[in-house]
Amino acid sequence: MEVTITKENFKKEVLEAKEVIVIDFWATWCMPCKRQGVILEEMAAAGVNVGKIDVDEQPELAAQFGVMSIPTLLIFKDGKEAERFVGLRSREELEQVLSKY
Amino acid sequence: MENLVIVGSGPAGISASLYTVRSNLSPLIIAKGMGGLEKAEKIDNFYGNEEELTGAQLHEKGIRQAKKLGVRFLETEVLGIREEENFIVMTSAGEIETKAVLLATGIKRATLNVPGRKELEGRGVSYCAVCDAFFYRQKKAVVIGNGDFALHEARVLKPLAREVLILTDGKQPAFSESPEFSVDTRKIASFEGEERLKAVVFEDGQKMETDGAFLAIGTAGSGEIARQMGAQLTEKGHIKVNEKMETTIQGLYAAGDCTGGMLQVAKAVYEGAAAGIAISAFFRKKQE
Repeated sequence: MEVTITKENFKKEVLEAKEVIVIDFWATWCMPCKRQGVILEEMAAAGVNVGKIDVDEQPELAAQFGVMSIPTLLIFKDGKEAERFVGLRSREELEQVLSKY
Repeated sequence: MENLVIVGSGPAGISASLYTVRSNLSPLIIAKGMGGLEKAEKIDNFYGNEEELTGAQLHEKGIRQAKKLGVRFLETEVLGIREEENFIVMTSAGEIETKAVLLATGIKRATLNVPGRKELEGRGVSYCAVCDAFFYRQKKAVVIGNGDFALHEARVLKPLAREVLILTDGKQPAFSESPEFSVDTRKIASFEGEERLKAVVFEDGQKMETDGAFLAIGTAGSGEIARQMGAQLTEKGHIKVNEKMETTIQGLYAAGDCTGGMLQVAKAVYEGAAAGIAISAFFRKKQE
């Protein structure tokens, strides 16, 4: 499932999430982000929880997590950041990491 | 509008041009300088090279052969490629629109391997101004490089950042026009910062505080271009291709040293041929 994360629903959707969620910091003008978006969309369709944070609309969340390069992916487990990836990642690589959680 | 732009005039690029010019695609090769072959003193392990031509001689021969068959050449630097409806190749000489692109510039020999670079990637150290300029609104950023690629990245940052400087890391400035930015030529020793980049430290011991450092060393190589476009790279940082030399972006191909593996003329020639054949098939399919 894919959800749009804002500072209003961040607590509920990410911090209080019962399952592992992949957070994608992205923007419409970032070409690698578009590619990452397609990969995550496929993964979401296959059952992975994906949260999308548009840095243009949610600069506070980007700042809060020290995101200064996009795409940046964070994997959250039990409300905590468990992994961080800066730059485009393939589906295989993400699935391999997610299998640990 | 071009059908095919080949970036790079080494064995991979030329080989691809020979196959595509024969299928009437009228490829345009854009290249500046020679790449890996320049340094090869004697190529004594390449098929038929009985005269033991040097890398430079072989390179020149390849270009002459392609020209004879009608391949067009443009000598300029590619700064990056945008994807719109087609590909827009940004060069020092202007923008060129094309339906397909083959990246064949070889790999870059120059990098900046100093302490802190790897650790601070995504925390102030960046490789893509278009992607990350947003995070430097009203902040200070430096671009590291000494050519048009660096100038191009600095210009992307300029409208947003409070201050932009170019650091050449000990190299002579080689911009095609004089930059509207301050240029510091001191050699860089390290990047400093814990959670975030704080400063660039020079070899003379002095520090320059900065929020961001964008790496744009030398010319934009195939790897940099592909990374900025969002093509997938391998773990080693080479461009990921399949057996048809297709990258993960439709219409974008890569061949030669930039795809990793053996840094050999034979491998580059093969991959260029494979790409040329695949690109010809891509256009035939498009027409159907």
